[in-house]
Amino acid sequence: MTETEQQELQELAHRVRRHVLRMATDGGCFIGASLSCVDVLAYLYRHWLRVSSAKLDDPQRDYLLLSKGHDVPALYGLFVELGFLEPHRLASHLKTDDHIYWHPNRNIPGVEFHSGSLGHLLGVGVGIALDIKLCRGKGRVVVILGDGELNEGSVWEAALVAAAKRLDNLIVVVDRNGFQANLATEALIPLEPLADKFAAFGWETVRLDGHDFEDLEAGFALIPRRLGQPTAIIADTVRGRGLPSIAARADRWFCNFSAAEIEQLLEELEGHRLAVIESDIIVAR
Amino acid sequence: MNTVPRSYEDILHSVALSDERFVVLTAENRSAIRDLPAKLGERFIDFGICEQTLVGAAAGLALRGRIPVVHALATFLTLRAFEFIRTDVGIAHLPVKLVGTFTGFASEANGPTHQSLEDVALMRGIPGMKVWCPADAQDLALGLEAVLRDPAPCYIRYNAAKPLANHDAPFELGRAEIWSEGTDITLLTYGTLFGECLKAVALLRDTGLSVGLINMRMLKPVDTAAIAAAARRSKLLVTVEDHFQTGGLYSIVAETLIEQGVVVPVMPLAFAERWFKPALLADALAYEGFDAHGIAARVQDRYARIEA
Repeated sequence: MTETEQQELQELAHRVRRHVLRMATDGGCFIGASLSCVDVLAYLYRHWLRVSSAKLDDPQRDYLLLSKGHDVPALYGLFVELGFLEPHRLASHLKTDDHIYWHPNRNIPGVEFHSGSLGHLLGVGVGIALDIKLCRGKGRVVVILGDGELNEGSVWEAALVAAAKRLDNLIVVVDRNGFQANLATEALIPLEPLADKFAAFGWETVRLDGHDFEDLEAGFALIPRRLGQPTAIIADTVRGRGLPSIAARADRWFCNFSAAEIEQLLEELEGHRLAVIESDIIVAR
Repeated sequence: MNTVPRSYEDILHSVALSDERFVVLTAENRSAIRDLPAKLGERFIDFGICEQTLVGAAAGLALRGRIPVVHALATFLTLRAFEFIRTDVGIAHLPVKLVGTFTGFASEANGPTHQSLEDVALMRGIPGMKVWCPADAQDLALGLEAVLRDPAPCYIRYNAAKPLANHDAPFELGRAEIWSEGTDITLLTYGTLFGECLKAVALLRDTGLSVGLINMRMLKPVDTAAIAAAARRSKLLVTVEDHFQTGGLYSIVAETLIEQGVVVPVMPLAFAERWFKPALLADALAYEGFDAHGIAARVQDRYARIEA
């Protein structure tokens, strides 16, 4: 990846983070989870996924499924930047005149499937990947899982099936930001050694820095790493990435900021100063 | 009496051959489809004992334009994978056909873990989900193609019992089969107990009563006209089902009569707050009072109290 490409990606991710922040007011959104996977999504949509805004339903396309639905503001922000979605629609966040709410749904162009209940979309991804194989297609399916989501048994059931069915066109990306809703994953239901767990289920595994575009490219360039095996990419990320005042706090998961606080955070995102945010945190799932 | 012209498996096979969209899936439950793996090749997929992934993957296949016909034991399909059915299939309204096997009494001696007695209540609670409960193998064969080709998701309460009489009425989605009409009593039933009800009606008629019988066939959408007409015609309605009393046909009939403003006594023959005694089919039916004699005796007793 050239330096220019990296710079472009950084700028793209920065603009997406601004969109996410603007959705964190008037009802709020799951800001921590959204900010941790912005870079992964930006890399995938810009450099790896074969998806075009002109033909979003092309059967030959690649698929991306957000199983950890809380990060959908990041996807919507990116969709605006990619031209999938009219920018003004982000202002309809949580409004009844549009379909932009706290979890993904298929009424938004580019969203492949709805989610919200955790542990669902790896199974759905298995079905899509199976059909691509049946059709002798070249499409690939990426399923973004949250690390807290790995508590769900259905993830591991689907992981068993994916390996059994030799789905080398199926890729899991674990957004490994280290946090569940309220606690660190390792304090509640420890996941490590995480790559070993996927490997034991018959998956090829890669661990990389989910904020490093060169690392992401190195990880994705080799897929499928071995014919007949699905790939699990453990992307180490930081919850609230880009905003140190949020990243430092375990309770910055769902946030509903005032307009003034958003202005402070936008400033922090630009690198001027750390915001001091006093808002109450709403916890909801 | 005619014999069943074609089996479930034969019809499913020919529909799948005629239309590439069909794929047949299972969670290692091949009882209804033993010959299909060899015949369908890649379009037969066994997920192992993974009902949640089975249903999620069916949704994924349907997203790509397939029509998955999903086979699993009814209890595990509708209970273990319930939220996957509701969320992945139901919310997206995908054309997935969910075939639940060994329902109700057909689970015989397996015990309560296998007694699917809440499946109708669960499946009809999902917006847009159809529920089809054929009376026997012939009834199943009559409706299968229409159900498979219908664009809605559908729960099929699989039942390949040997037919005791010929089903002459053509199959129509959402229409009941009015087997016979009666001015004293009408029995409304579906699935496995249709044959016992048929024999029970004959026993009741021998006592001089005018007794009708309706094979409900589909419980959702339900034939409300058939229920209301039977209620207007008869002095007593009896719902007969191998299901919990809550949420099945008894509930459906009660809701329908309230909606239609028809008042008539309704007697439920169903399981209230308990599971049934596990045993081979004939013994379980007799023990629980769901064989023809048990049904007739209980109905006769209830009707006598109405007349008194």
